[in-house]
Amino acid sequence: MPSQVTHELLLICTCLCSCLSLRSTPHQLCRVQSQGCKASICILISQNSNRIVTVVEIYIFAKQAQPRILTCTYIHFFHRQEIMKWNGWGYSDSKFLYNKKGQAEFTGKRYRLSGMIIPGLREWMESTFSANLQHKTPAAPILNSSAVQPPTLNEAFLKELKSTGIPFSHDAEDRVFRSHGHCLHEIFALREGKIGRVPDLVVWPNCHNDVVKIVELACKHNVCLIPYGGGTSVSSALECPPEETRSIVSLDTSQMNRILWIDEKNLTAHVEAGIVGQDLERLLNESGYCTGHEPDSMEFSSLGGWVATRASGMKKNIYGNIEDLVVHIKMVTPRGVIEKSCQGPRMSTGPDVHHFIMGSEGTLGVVTEVTMKIRPMPEYQKYGSVVFPNFEMGVACLREVARQRCAPASIRLMDNEQFKFGHALKPQVSSIFTSFLDGLKKFYITKFKGFDPNRLCVATLLFEGDREKVLQHEKQVYDIAAKFGGLAAGEDNGQRGYMLTFVIAYLRDLGMDYYVIGESFETSMPWDRVLDICRNVKARIVRECKDKGVQFPPLSTCRVTQTYDAGACVYFYFAFNYRGLILFCSREEILANGGSLSHHHGVGKLRKEWMRESISSVGMGMLKSVKDYVDPNNIFGNRNLL
Amino acid sequence: MASKAVYSHRDPMLKKRDDFEDMLEERRNSSDLRYALKCYTPVLYKGLTPCKVSELKQMVLQSDQLGYVITQVSKEKGVTSDEVTGEAAAILEEMAQRLQLSTVRFFAFTLSKVFKTLFRSICINEEGLQRLQQAIHNHPVVLLPSHRSYMDFLLMSYILYTYDLALPVIAAGMDFMGMKVVGEMLRMSGAFFIRRSFGGDKLYWAVFSEYVKIMLKNGYAPVEFFLEGTRSRTAKSLTPKLGLLNIVMDPFLKGEVFDISLVPVSISYERTLEEALYARELLGVPKPKESTSGLFKARKILSEDYGSIHVYFGQPVSVRSLAESRVNRSQFNLIPRHIPTRPSEEILSFVNDSAYRLVRAQEENMVLKPWVLLAFVLLQKQAAEEKQGTALDELTEQAVWLRDLSRQYGAFLHWPDHIPPSEVVSSSLSLHRGLVRISEGRVQLALEQVGGQQVPGETRGAITPEEELLNKAVVILSCASYRNQALNVFIRPALLASAIHTAASNRKQEIYNSFSFLRNMFSNEFILCPGATVQDFEEACYLLVKTGTLQINQQEVLITERGHRTLAFLTSVLDPFLQGYQVVCRFLCEQDGLTEKQFIPAVRKFIIKHLLTGRLRYTEVLSSDLQKNALAALIRLGAVQKIKGGEEQGTLKLNKVMLNSLEDTLGGKLPTQKSVVAHL
Repeated sequence: MPSQVTHELLLICTCLCSCLSLRSTPHQLCRVQSQGCKASICILISQNSNRIVTVVEIYIFAKQAQPRILTCTYIHFFHRQEIMKWNGWGYSDSKFLYNKKGQAEFTGKRYRLSGMIIPGLREWMESTFSANLQHKTPAAPILNSSAVQPPTLNEAFLKELKSTGIPFSHDAEDRVFRSHGHCLHEIFALREGKIGRVPDLVVWPNCHNDVVKIVELACKHNVCLIPYGGGTSVSSALECPPEETRSIVSLDTSQMNRILWIDEKNLTAHVEAGIVGQDLERLLNESGYCTGHEPDSMEFSSLGGWVATRASGMKKNIYGNIEDLVVHIKMVTPRGVIEKSCQGPRMSTGPDVHHFIMGSEGTLGVVTEVTMKIRPMPEYQKYGSVVFPNFEMGVACLREVARQRCAPASIRLMDNEQFKFGHALKPQVSSIFTSFLDGLKKFYITKFKGFDPNRLCVATLLFEGDREKVLQHEKQVYDIAAKFGGLAAGEDNGQRGYMLTFVIAYLRDLGMDYYVIGESFETSMPWDRVLDICRNVKARIVRECKDKGVQFPPLSTCRVTQTYDAGACVYFYFAFNYRGLILFCSREEILANGGSLSHHHGVGKLRKEWMRESISSVGMGMLKSVKDYVDPNNIFGNRNLL
Repeated sequence: MASKAVYSHRDPMLKKRDDFEDMLEERRNSSDLRYALKCYTPVLYKGLTPCKVSELKQMVLQSDQLGYVITQVSKEKGVTSDEVTGEAAAILEEMAQRLQLSTVRFFAFTLSKVFKTLFRSICINEEGLQRLQQAIHNHPVVLLPSHRSYMDFLLMSYILYTYDLALPVIAAGMDFMGMKVVGEMLRMSGAFFIRRSFGGDKLYWAVFSEYVKIMLKNGYAPVEFFLEGTRSRTAKSLTPKLGLLNIVMDPFLKGEVFDISLVPVSISYERTLEEALYARELLGVPKPKESTSGLFKARKILSEDYGSIHVYFGQPVSVRSLAESRVNRSQFNLIPRHIPTRPSEEILSFVNDSAYRLVRAQEENMVLKPWVLLAFVLLQKQAAEEKQGTALDELTEQAVWLRDLSRQYGAFLHWPDHIPPSEVVSSSLSLHRGLVRISEGRVQLALEQVGGQQVPGETRGAITPEEELLNKAVVILSCASYRNQALNVFIRPALLASAIHTAASNRKQEIYNSFSFLRNMFSNEFILCPGATVQDFEEACYLLVKTGTLQINQQEVLITERGHRTLAFLTSVLDPFLQGYQVVCRFLCEQDGLTEKQFIPAVRKFIIKHLLTGRLRYTEVLSSDLQKNALAALIRLGAVQKIKGGEEQGTLKLNKVMLNSLEDTLGGKLPTQKSVVAHL
């Protein structure tokens, strides 16, 4: 995107924001024409009783030789369901589907893959899952409001809430949207139109003080609060406990999305916790900074959510995980506000209270403001990829890279199944030349180098920093890879690998249309167990499917996504054709083999039963006593973790 | 799934077993040479990384596990780690197998010739082999054959070669190494040699366990070893040894493989090659050292008929399902896996239980021949001192009765039902003509003509009564070794029958106490799973009620009209052992200061004296196996204490009050509750 365009766009945005804050404009559609580019701005304003702006979308059409569509989405809305799916992943306009010719296609304009035909996907899906395009199970298209239980309202609470002027809603759509995360069983139920316990009320605090008021009122009237950030949880953390009889209020932090200040001397930024990852990054970029925290869910997940679940970002090797990035946290609890009195980079003041907050999963309070480290934007970025003859060699290489502490910003190793999957997602190539080149590469690797296409695996790399150092670093990593039989496989493959991360969640929705269900889960483990765990967990998935009577063998695949001095993080995916099937869990296998309960997804309610085993009874007692002190009446009653 | 198939207490009649095929039939009809040179392409483990014998050794020497122990040993002994590595390499050299297809082909050829002359048939359950093939493909496999003869492991490899299955590597005792040429040939057919004892030698243990684990984990070949540790001289299954089982389960428990299949194999011989040899050994003639020339002397054997062999490949048992909800595998998470650790109590008891289940699985699929039943009858008659033998008709009648009974108890009996019983009986007798004498239609054990069984070269002067007794004992113990094959079928009901016999009243609780006492007493003698007293009691009750021997209500156990015969039979099954243990107790009561080494000769002398004076009925009590088991049981119960270390190393410290009381309880003179053991 030319910098002028960016500039133009920013102006427009600023303009719009001030205009929107008046909350008065009706439906609008305007076009802005300016120096060589065209922006189309779509403003949708809700007709809802609260009269609140829902969506602003800005499309910029750059006038270039090859017309490209640059999209930029500015989300500032209460009613996310109007641009996001209510029963699937991500934006409503982006999804995989089979077009009339039976070819797979990714719709929308938001991603690199958007609008492209993916010729290999159909065959891959049919052969991997024995799925059939004839057998379709479409999702319930719209939410049937009558299926939603009427809200249990606490009138006294409601009355006082009204007097504070904080917006709220008990509209069925609003409530259902905030009743779930993205676990398979949650989405599955929604697609089937099955709706269980949902929040009774949604509130949108605008700032820290609003939250303080809400929490005070909740304590006063004994109302259950469930903080809601980006809604990308995959641990059943957002599910309302069915046994909860009090009124449940979903506290949506989305309006607390401002960067309050940037301190360039100390390289920190003070940010409201409701800000969504992509907005935070974009806003900081404008000032030439970044946080470098990029979890796979960063398009939708929020800062507060990261803190509450001990999130991990793809580029943690350079920037660190959330616990390394956070300098100061402000959290509102039923007992009051907790925060440290200074912003020293490290303190020895007893056990770090931040560590009670990080990973508390909404059981102790609401994170409202966070000071976090920022870095100047990297001068240069380069993707890369390496092909290994087999997974074992790949893991050995990653271990060596970690030993030498020269891991690039991101290094990920996909196993053979995932490599094939990535291959199936290659978009249609436009020229004969490209396809010829692809053929040549394949020939070189499989025939000339003798790699077995059913065993080889690929590592994707991302380097960041100043140009010279990146190139030097790149050489070092490729040299190590060569020792383990790795062949450099080009930038494009690397980039596509990372792009996959964002679209893979969309793919699950396509699968579910055709009786294929999938789920992912992660763990971390010491280096010496990586291979064993990968093999055993994959084998366990296959065996469980067989034992449970799943007709066709499942896809069972994994990738190593993070490297540490003492171990690694592994992501597993499985999917299968479920005509007649049940769910199951491989966590037991992971724990038995020395893997952790979770590396960054958190515990939620999904993995609660293993907590005691994981952290010992004493550890549980410690957490319990903190909860008992901070929140004696269980106001934050999502029942996660403990 | 597979674990449940191993053993279920419920109706043994319903057990499904595969059919047999005779593999020798084809050998008799086609060229042995062509067979030996056939194309051999077995199905291999799917996760196999193929490697050579030498690479295998390298992997062992470079493993983290061994590296750790080498460093440790070099620090302890103050020598360089290179020296210790050298030592380890030497151990490995001595141990390692060198499996070669050409040697296997040679064996295939010669064994075909030998087997065809020795045996009428070698019967295999081919379905079991199909299951095995599947198992080999899916997971690393451990083969666990029963061990009754030297033939066992040659036979195993021969079968696997014939059916195009992956050849195993076999853990063999070092004593084979004595036979130079044969030792090396066995090595080239897949045997690897382990020292009989290496208790304290850390390095040896590390090399050995790592060697086995690497072969197993990489799917190099199925690993074969004998759970019983050694050949059973009595044909009763021996108490399983846990060392190797522990090693092969380890990779699964530590998550290094997804699963391991354990395949119990039951090999039953209609006539054991080592028949008289074993009996002599049990009576105190020491085991000849294995030597090549000794093997050739055995050529005489080649001229005899040894009937048929039945080999049953049991249902593969998944270690994963055995361990499910039994072992918490996360206990291995906190220590790096290459550091050797002593297995926890939990693991030990798990391995022990698994070992018992596997031995029982072997027992259950052991084919029993009609002769086994005849041995019961003949031995009981002999003990009852019926001098003139049993009429053939009577013998047949009793055998048929016993046939029906054993079938009801779930025995895997191979009784040809299409042939009249009298013919079955006489053909069985003729195969074992060395052990029985038939004159004027009456059958008895061939106790008088034992002179012919003596080793040639021994002077045949005047026979002392003692020698005569020992000669008789050889025949009786040989015969007993056949009877013993079926003891596992009757043991639980027999314990119950004896308990009923000794208990003071017919109250169920009292009988249970008595049962529990006997079971505890004999748990070194028979395969009785530890901690399963209640199940065993229930199983015994179930069988006896089902066959109409007993009626059991809430409180009482009642014997039915027709139950007396069965009970009498069952009591007499256990009787030799009861009396044997009593004699051992008596003997110990009369001793002062006895070492463990002196025990066997002294107790033997004591028993001979009692037998000669007619105070003891059962000659088979002379079996050193029984005597050792009795001592082990007494040590376990605390009636005897073995002193370790110090000047009195190996001395047995005797608790005479307890020994006395045990003797009386065994003899039914003391009620079980009041016995010392009841308080233990």
